[in-house]
Amino acid sequence: MLPLNDSVTAPLLAATVALPLLAAVVVLLLPRGPGSTRTAGRIGTAVTGAALAGTLLLAAAFDRDAAGAPQAVTDVAWVPALGIRLHLGVDGISLPLLVLTALLCFLCAVHVLRRPPAGEGGAGPRGLVALLLVLETGTLATFAALDLILFFLAFETVLIPMYFVISRWGGAERATAAWKFVLYTLLGSVVMLLGFLLVGLQAGTFDMVVLAEAHGDGLSRTTQILAVLAIGIGLAVKTPMWPLHSWLPDAHTAAPTVGSVLLAGVLLKLGTYGLVRIVLPVAPEGIRFFAPYLAAFAVTGIIYGSLACLALVRSGAGGDLKRLIAYSSVGHMGFVLLGIATLTPTGVNGALFANIAHGVITALLFLVAGAVKERTGTTDLDRLAAHGGGARLYGRTPRLGALLAFTAVASLGLPGLAGFWGELLAMLGAFNPAEGLNRPVFVVCLAIAGLGTLLTAAYLLQVVRRVCAGSPPTPGAGAGRPDVPTGAHGATPAAPGDADGTGADTGDAGGTATGTATATGTATATGTATATGTVDAAGAAAVRAQRTVTATATAAPPAEAARQPELPDLHRDESALFLPLAALTLLIGLWPALLLRLTDPAVQLLLEGVGR
Amino acid sequence: MSLVQTIDWIALAPPTVVAVTAVAVLLTDLFLPEARKRHLGTIAAAGLALALLTLLPLHRGDRTSFCLADRPDVCSYSADTFAVVIQLIVLGGALIAALLTLPELTRQRGDDAAGALPRGEFWFLLLASASGAALLPAARDLATLVLAMEVTTLPAYALVALRRGDRLGPEAALKFFLTSVVATAVTLLGISFVYAGSGSLFLGGIADGLAAADPALDALIRAGVVLTLVGFAFKTAAVPFHFWVPDTYLGAPLPVAAYLSVVSKTAGLAGLVLVTSVAFAGLGSVWGPVLAVLAALTMTAGNVAALRTRPDRDRSTVRLLAWSSVAQAGYLLVPLAAAGYARDADARSAAIGATVAYAVMYAVVNLGTFAVAAHVAERAGRHRLTDHRGLHDRNPLTALALGFFLLCLAGLPPGIAGLFAKIAVIRSAVQEELAVLAVVAAVNVVIALVYYLRWAALLFRPAAPGPDAALPAAVSTVGGTAASADAAGPVGPAGSAGSVEPGEPGEPGEPEADTASAPAAAAAGRGPRPAAPVAVAIAVTALLALALSVAPQLMLGLTSAGTFF
Repeated sequence: MLPLNDSVTAPLLAATVALPLLAAVVVLLLPRGPGSTRTAGRIGTAVTGAALAGTLLLAAAFDRDAAGAPQAVTDVAWVPALGIRLHLGVDGISLPLLVLTALLCFLCAVHVLRRPPAGEGGAGPRGLVALLLVLETGTLATFAALDLILFFLAFETVLIPMYFVISRWGGAERATAAWKFVLYTLLGSVVMLLGFLLVGLQAGTFDMVVLAEAHGDGLSRTTQILAVLAIGIGLAVKTPMWPLHSWLPDAHTAAPTVGSVLLAGVLLKLGTYGLVRIVLPVAPEGIRFFAPYLAAFAVTGIIYGSLACLALVRSGAGGDLKRLIAYSSVGHMGFVLLGIATLTPTGVNGALFANIAHGVITALLFLVAGAVKERTGTTDLDRLAAHGGGARLYGRTPRLGALLAFTAVASLGLPGLAGFWGELLAMLGAFNPAEGLNRPVFVVCLAIAGLGTLLTAAYLLQVVRRVCAGSPPTPGAGAGRPDVPTGAHGATPAAPGDADGTGADTGDAGGTATGTATATGTATATGTATATGTVDAAGAAAVRAQRTVTATATAAPPAEAARQPELPDLHRDESALFLPLAALTLLIGLWPALLLRLTDPAVQLLLEGVGR
Repeated sequence: MSLVQTIDWIALAPPTVVAVTAVAVLLTDLFLPEARKRHLGTIAAAGLALALLTLLPLHRGDRTSFCLADRPDVCSYSADTFAVVIQLIVLGGALIAALLTLPELTRQRGDDAAGALPRGEFWFLLLASASGAALLPAARDLATLVLAMEVTTLPAYALVALRRGDRLGPEAALKFFLTSVVATAVTLLGISFVYAGSGSLFLGGIADGLAAADPALDALIRAGVVLTLVGFAFKTAAVPFHFWVPDTYLGAPLPVAAYLSVVSKTAGLAGLVLVTSVAFAGLGSVWGPVLAVLAALTMTAGNVAALRTRPDRDRSTVRLLAWSSVAQAGYLLVPLAAAGYARDADARSAAIGATVAYAVMYAVVNLGTFAVAAHVAERAGRHRLTDHRGLHDRNPLTALALGFFLLCLAGLPPGIAGLFAKIAVIRSAVQEELAVLAVVAAVNVVIALVYYLRWAALLFRPAAPGPDAALPAAVSTVGGTAASADAAGPVGPAGSAGSVEPGEPGEPGEPEADTASAPAAAAAGRGPRPAAPVAVAIAVTALLALALSVAPQLMLGLTSAGTFF
């Protein structure tokens, strides 16, 4: 532990929060010209790097023996008329989230710098960098805020930037997805504001520390129930809790890689963090009233998310890898909510642990999915798994494949990796919920959640099998042909051109030997209804293909691998992006005390009111 | 006992300076040769600026004038904090509206061409209306109040119809005139009822008189209160007295629409505050629910209508702003309705403070929006929302300013000024336990975001030759990478997949190559800068909005207990 006192760490925290916002203004006002894009990218990387260094320094200076109380506290009056203060600080709950946010923002900035996504109408990455920086300030401020209205302000700050990230740099359906995201979450958060105002006006202060120490004194039971309902809806939309989750899959599917990473890794945490930080201590009676319902919704989310994923991963379902990860988030956040609903230190610690673990693992999953999409041009599971034309990462890009497998296994909660402890503790909490809660209800929830872990394992292993290993050839079909029916089952309406589309996409991404798969497909398929129309169109490609490939290749997998364009394995810059997250997964999986020692003292304090 | 009143000219200065300038402009117009008439605008703007300066000595808010000789605490004119803040808004608003008109009137050759605005008359009418608006918040008896309101409104009819050879103008003015006159007549009826019940025209006297009124007159007084509110509700454009707004704004020159939406509305609001919170202070149970219903209806109807504005239609910008100003009037009424339920004077003062703070924010931000819209309209001329496409490529700073204004109006970060103003408004409703009104106000924030954000998003989209050219543009950027895919059918998915793909990753030259082809439209031509007065208007409003965002206390300080009345 670094011997720094509050007079150093407090300005450090404030600067870490404010710096990205200032940098965003600078980036927006950069004079346009050749190179300004690059400058913007560099500023983004440097500033997010500095913010990461700031949070790491804060972590190093953090007094672990007093993890329950806020440290590095800045408390300045901002709007005295409404009693709003610029009140920032970190404790054991917010510190890991601050570090996680800064880390993911830094990785995203590097990602944008190294492989800038092209936006709508060719929008450059400059705006994206500025938006990322605003997002970083918003999320850091949310985790550091100790004033209800400041929390609300920071919570809202992420909305507009994320809207623009999705709607300008996103994929198909981005406009609808962006609107859905912004309207759902705003609707939730204005209701949350009503709850905050109710609490603040009844208790006479917006100061979260004072409110938490009061443990609900001064708030009538009705007020508490109303407040928990209003605040809870806002936070549940963000989390997202089933049945308020429907914005999430669309947003994730449409968002660019960095958008998905931040959405899953950071933005979803705002909701659960708010539940632990505000709802538990401020309105203990209210949350005790709602805890069984919360648990029920949580396990419904777990089962629903897993079933949705199982449906998506089925062969021929036309499922999208990013959409699947989004639904898996609904399930994982269900565990977090279940942990919170138990109102026990065990459960809440588990929830906070699962929160961080989900942030790391899902961010990594989205990064890997982005890398897969970069190479194959698609995240459609059927295309990725298609026999002959599929990704088959194990064979073609072994390191990427191994990483995907590792992350998926971490996500399903293999002991020894980050995903395990949080879910275990959450379920342990449910086995023995807080006094006064209906234990049978929670035990039933525990059983359902246990079933959920099985389903989670089922779909994640399926994903690994289909994307990394590829589908086995369908018995009875001709050599090299099974991919055509599989493709035709897909959601794409253009049935005749489908085989071509697959091939062309793959060829594109590889950047070499364009059209080989196409040519093979059509040449062997002459006479079948699906392919006849494309023979002419593919003629030229077929001629080119002759140079590299014998048109009547046998179906043996090694020969096919030779036929397919090379996929580049992990680049060095990608490894540099992915490995820290993988290492972190391993680290907190093997050494869970690292996090639990931080969160536990704070959780004990927050739950004092609930235990009474 | 002296029968001679002492007149405090310093207290009276703001409306007086404006009125004197108005007459001076009218007279100067008679003697100025055609070529030098552009100086009239300068005189008018200077007069308004001078009037703003005369507010400085009044900042303590303790001056009064036209008091009764025998009762020096009963006055017809009071330059208290409320009056000074509202005068600041209306005079500042009039000055900005004048700045927005200057470029057109400076360029204009003669006053008689089709589409021309007669300059002398225009400036006279604008200043005359502004002098009424400046008088209104300081008026403390119903006669002065109604007089000031009519002085504000009558020149506005003419302003709407002033453009020569315009078809829409006269029709809009007629609609405006007829509805307005009816509203005023109803108000006068209400005032006569109230006078019958209370025996006084002084606002303070009415409050005392009503408290001691004969219970037999109760029904009469209640009817009088509600009828009196009608005229002021009309000026604030509260639903259902809002039907004149879209037509009038659409028919009026853009700066006049800006003037109506800020100055006229604020004046009406000030009248409403004075009547309800001072004269009818004891009758909150009568007007509180009325205003609460008006507020909810106004917000919802305004927002829903704004939502239905089609962005590619002619004058859609003005239509959207007209409806959004109706919706914003709803927010202005929320704290006022809460004031009706207030338990004590401090709570009432805090609620009124929330209304005034919101009015300050709304005035700054709405004028800024109109300023940018005026700039865009100068280039495109048809006042369509879609004309704002690509503004960020042409004028980055202007586009950022407009984006900021719109988010302030929507009340979302980074528009922190708007967010805090909305928080203050909703807080006042929660404080008085108006749960339904608070929820309606909160939900309306979501509805409003749709059209504000839709507009803001347009600014950053690339300019397109036609409204539907977005998709081809996106596909063309895929360019070389898609060449091999064009034999394959599915343009949609393949195109978007290709555009995300950076080709050979990790090459340092790659990002430049991506963006070089990107804003081709931007390279084609940067837009002209805004004309100097418009640029000043945009800069001033943007800086003010920024200041209010960084230090919301500047406006929210008005909600401290005991600031008003």
